[in-house]
Amino acid sequence: MTSSYLVPLLKIVVILNAVLVSVTFMTLLERKVIAWVQVRLGPMRVGPYGSLQPIADAIKLLLKEDITPARADKWVFTLAPIVAMVPALIGFAVIPFDREASFFGYRVSLFVADINVGLLYLVSITSIGVYGIILAGYASNSKFPLLAGLRASAQLISYEIAITMMLVSIVVMAGTLSMVGIIDAQYNAHVWYMFVQPVAFVILFIGGLAETNRAPFDLPEAEQELTGGYHTEYSGMRFALFFLAEYANMIVVSSVATTLFVGGWLRPFPNVQWLGVLDYVPGWLWFLLKTFVFIYVFLWIRATLPRYRYDQLMRLGWKVLIPLGIANLIVTATLKVLF
Amino acid sequence: MSTFDTTELTLNMGPQHPSTHGVLRVVLRLDGERVVGCDVVIGYLHRGIEKLCEHRDWQQIVLITDRMDYVAAASNNLGYVETVEKLMSLEVPRRARYIRVILAELQRIASHCLWLGTHAMDMGAMTVFLYCFRERELVLDLFEEYCGARLTYNSMRIGGLPLDIPSGWDKKVRAFCDILESKVPEYEELLTHNRIWRDRTKGIGVIGGADAVALGLTGPVLRGSGVPRDVRKDEPYAAYSDFEFDVPVGTAGDTYDRYLVRIEEFHQSVRIIRQALDGLPEGPIVAKVPRLIKPPAGETYHAIESPKGELGYFIVSDGKSNAPYRFRVRPPSFCNLQALPRLVQGHLMSDVVALIGSIDIVLGEVDR
Repeated sequence: MTSSYLVPLLKIVVILNAVLVSVTFMTLLERKVIAWVQVRLGPMRVGPYGSLQPIADAIKLLLKEDITPARADKWVFTLAPIVAMVPALIGFAVIPFDREASFFGYRVSLFVADINVGLLYLVSITSIGVYGIILAGYASNSKFPLLAGLRASAQLISYEIAITMMLVSIVVMAGTLSMVGIIDAQYNAHVWYMFVQPVAFVILFIGGLAETNRAPFDLPEAEQELTGGYHTEYSGMRFALFFLAEYANMIVVSSVATTLFVGGWLRPFPNVQWLGVLDYVPGWLWFLLKTFVFIYVFLWIRATLPRYRYDQLMRLGWKVLIPLGIANLIVTATLKVLF
Repeated sequence: MSTFDTTELTLNMGPQHPSTHGVLRVVLRLDGERVVGCDVVIGYLHRGIEKLCEHRDWQQIVLITDRMDYVAAASNNLGYVETVEKLMSLEVPRRARYIRVILAELQRIASHCLWLGTHAMDMGAMTVFLYCFRERELVLDLFEEYCGARLTYNSMRIGGLPLDIPSGWDKKVRAFCDILESKVPEYEELLTHNRIWRDRTKGIGVIGGADAVALGLTGPVLRGSGVPRDVRKDEPYAAYSDFEFDVPVGTAGDTYDRYLVRIEEFHQSVRIIRQALDGLPEGPIVAKVPRLIKPPAGETYHAIESPKGELGYFIVSDGKSNAPYRFRVRPPSFCNLQALPRLVQGHLMSDVVALIGSIDIVLGEVDR
């Protein structure tokens, strides 16, 4: 029974490496996309069209001196980047990239685990990540990071409830918490949930922006206000860990949105027979394509919108998103019971 | 309801902070993120320009004035040379006065571009920053073609101008006016109609007209509060009396209105430049000025409308030496900056950077 251990282990190794590599190249993508929006070129020097820039960045960050401020809380200061990074990575455990694919004659499922509480697991894991920011702000023993930590916690309580409400609506629709189950439910329902749950889709996306501390909700790291926010005192690889965590979180949120709302690995119109030619594109490629679109929108928004103030974010969360979420849940549940 | 026992947090913002536009230091007293007190500390860029000018001869001072508001050097030049001309009762040729207006208005556009870009950047809208710099670059190119410099122009002389405009330059200026007019709506699309931008700026740092006058505010900051004071209109200098233009004013006196006023000034500047180019007279570009300038004994104050507000020079000449006896500048940035503690009161820390941007300061001018 070696394969029952070997295959999941292999999958973990492959997914972790793929995530880390794509995260480093996402930094390049972000710089390029924003540069194009802003009528400039972006990185051009390292490699053709700057394509090796992430490698140069990684080498630079690894070689940098790793400074711990003299009056920082050393243990927490060391722990914080890890707390930020680890949840971002283990979130991928339940993301289903495809149902099955064959490698060297073996049929393997393209997800590490399809646990029956997959969605709940994701919600709990991703909310741990914010502790990394709060702890970093606290441990730095510096005023700007402290304010950033406060902002992060204020931000957490404003969007987390709204997101969860939305996810519950989806669970009510699908009747399962399993990520694979939700995709199957969309196949059986003959429609992506994006079209039946547009409110949930929009709010989850807004919540996802806040969750990943992306513009316009990048309050904890607001460079222009807090000089970098929670990672002001960090340097070298620890600083990089925060960034990797942010980008990994972006991939997680995009993948979750893909799974819940646009049918994961399903091709467009999976029940329409005459579009069968689209089946030649493997499911995992559909998944990656959809995820990529979401990530692109993340970057696009960052280039376009100014930043919210944190009291405005809280107002948005408490006065708009949460009531909408509750209303959406009630309507969904009522319709589900009636029909 | 009992209140929690809280302590204030004193936060030192600057002199090295990305949003203090140079070396401004703001000591904030915070309750949470709410500002309860604010001390502005200046002087990190003090170079003793006023004293320095009392030891340079009159023509050399033009070059020093470049270094005050270094993003609007031509306006500084203009204010200084006009003050000396007033002291000497010099009549400047019309052509020179027209070209001065064109330069000053191009300068206003460049300065406003820089202001808008950094102001938006402070609030996280980073694309506007690069769009604005794209247009500012065009103005700098025009200046480079005119006088060879891109930042500190040294572009005016007592009695006129050092150079006539190069051939074809007026066409390029016209082309630039067209480009700018097509680009300003682009900025507005990203900001004016943007819900987040409006939320961030409306009702922030409100100051009424009477208070603004009492604080000595000038320029767009004052006009944002609804006071239609513009030196170009009220006490026309150079050739401004020949041109038609409106003085945009706000109503609410908040950050959003100050923003709208400056956006409208883009259009008005373009309007003035076009009129000046249309009516550009032929003739000499410099008056008959003695080789060694020695204004008669006396004192005078003369103000112009720089992009940031009323830029005044007070100059005393003793009639004997080659340098001013007393040289004093009324810098708009400095006077407007004193409104900051008043404006930030009760706002959040994020608004502090918005308000610093909204006042539009250049530390080179504040500290001199």
